[in-house]
Amino acid sequence: MNSWANIQTIAKRELGAYFASPLAYVFIVIFLLLTGFFTFMVGGFFERGQASLAISFFDWHPWFYLFLVPAVGMRLWAEERRVGTLELLLTMPVTPWQAILGKFLASWLFLALALALTFPLVITVNYLGHPDNGVIFCGYVGSWLMAGAYLAVSCITSAMTRAQVVSFIVSVVLCLFLILAGFSPVIRFLSGWASPEVVGAVASCSFITHFQNFQKGVLDSRDVIFFLSIIVFSLFTTAVILRGHRRG
Amino acid sequence: MDGISFSVERGEVLGFLGPNGAGKSTTMRMITGFIPPSAGRVSVGGFDVVENPIPAKRLIGYLPENAPAYTDMTVAGFLNFAAEIRGLRGEKKKQAIHRVVDLCFLEPVLHQSVDTLSKGYRHRTCFAQSILHDPDVLVLDEPTDGLDPNQKHEVRGLIRRMGATKAIIFSTHILEEVDAACTRAIIIDRGQIVANGTPAELRGKSEMAGAVTVSVSGVAAAVLSAKLNQIPQTKRVAVVAEKNNSVTACVYPKANAGDGDLPRAVGQAVQGWCVEKLQVEEGRLDEVFRSLTLPDTGVKSENKK
Repeated sequence: MNSWANIQTIAKRELGAYFASPLAYVFIVIFLLLTGFFTFMVGGFFERGQASLAISFFDWHPWFYLFLVPAVGMRLWAEERRVGTLELLLTMPVTPWQAILGKFLASWLFLALALALTFPLVITVNYLGHPDNGVIFCGYVGSWLMAGAYLAVSCITSAMTRAQVVSFIVSVVLCLFLILAGFSPVIRFLSGWASPEVVGAVASCSFITHFQNFQKGVLDSRDVIFFLSIIVFSLFTTAVILRGHRRG
Repeated sequence: MDGISFSVERGEVLGFLGPNGAGKSTTMRMITGFIPPSAGRVSVGGFDVVENPIPAKRLIGYLPENAPAYTDMTVAGFLNFAAEIRGLRGEKKKQAIHRVVDLCFLEPVLHQSVDTLSKGYRHRTCFAQSILHDPDVLVLDEPTDGLDPNQKHEVRGLIRRMGATKAIIFSTHILEEVDAACTRAIIIDRGQIVANGTPAELRGKSEMAGAVTVSVSGVAAAVLSAKLNQIPQTKRVAVVAEKNNSVTACVYPKANAGDGDLPRAVGQAVQGWCVEKLQVEEGRLDEVFRSLTLPDTGVKSENKK
């Protein structure tokens, strides 16, 4: 029980840190503006005439997250190392795992909050028609899981460097790979010369492929496990990197 | 670090001296469990820091070098966080925070962001964090760095007072601090312990320890030093100053000179002359420090040439 208390304490501090700086507000405003703009202007929410958020809203999420989540995650460890508080944190009676989990959960909760603030869209679509709210809920769950996977990748890059900008750029590139693997132009390009098995294997590594099921309202355990395993693997890698720093 | 071994008991204040880069901070990071030692072991209160880190860390209060603190929090928020992570809750937490705020004079900045604090206040904030849970073992890396003389005095007093009931290790390169606060001092140089003893013992290693300074007027320097050189206990004589018809010389004792032999002999030797001053020197720590850590650095810089 003690370890859970430590995780909570660290997560609380981390969440507080987001809201103590302009980062949280800037992030939320930009996220909401982007989702609104893309849903209505680019996604053609009204033109579609469908009481659904699957295409016009959720389709953009992998791309928003590509830039926005690394911005949230970049400071997690890089800042601690730059200021020197990492030494303070890891010499307090907490295990590295508690610190990693606490920090990750705080950022993930913050992303959940930003995502939850898009609720006016759900109200709008319910006002205009009769959408399947189960599908919408499923989309939100998938979106949040995907955000967690992006965030965990950002944790790795943040632990690798003292410079937040470096962390940001590297994690954008890494996440881009994870998206592009399932991006339809890439799949079409691959299927031109590779065997279907290879194409399938590459596509199955992609965020988009797994997220699409959620968009359709299919809560497949394989997709949940995919995102969760990316999170676990990335956090584990973060722990290894942090241990490496301490060994000097 | 290279085969360092020492222990600190409750009630001891150990001063850790050494030139920059000697390994002071590295040693402290090993004690606090931030860096695992590649060989050997560190045990705090009976708990091995590597194998059983959490109970060991509970006993330790640590002030890292440069006193880092979360810049995005207020002082109160930071102390609150530190207290919670130390497992303090409710009334106990309030009392602990109140106590350290009083001890470290943080009242005026309590609700200010750490980011905007002056260096002295930030330092004291981090120091407050280290004593928050009243730890048995206190590891302080340059606790007086960046403080003004009054604050330095205050912190030294605090260390000395807490030293009565705790085991304290602190590093510094201000030698007067060793005298002011330590019961024992270790000098390390390039990862090795070169001296370990009470401040008085260390001072005794000085060439100056037991030396006699004498000022005589109306005598030529050469005559004085010739006379002083005849004393059997004299190792050598140095003329320190010569002005206005008065000569000041310093007589260094031989290692085997008994207590008070040299001053007595010097007193007899200068009899009949007009003695203005006769003083027995205590050893000087800075001299010991330099003689123990400098020789090799001297060689190094010559090699560079």
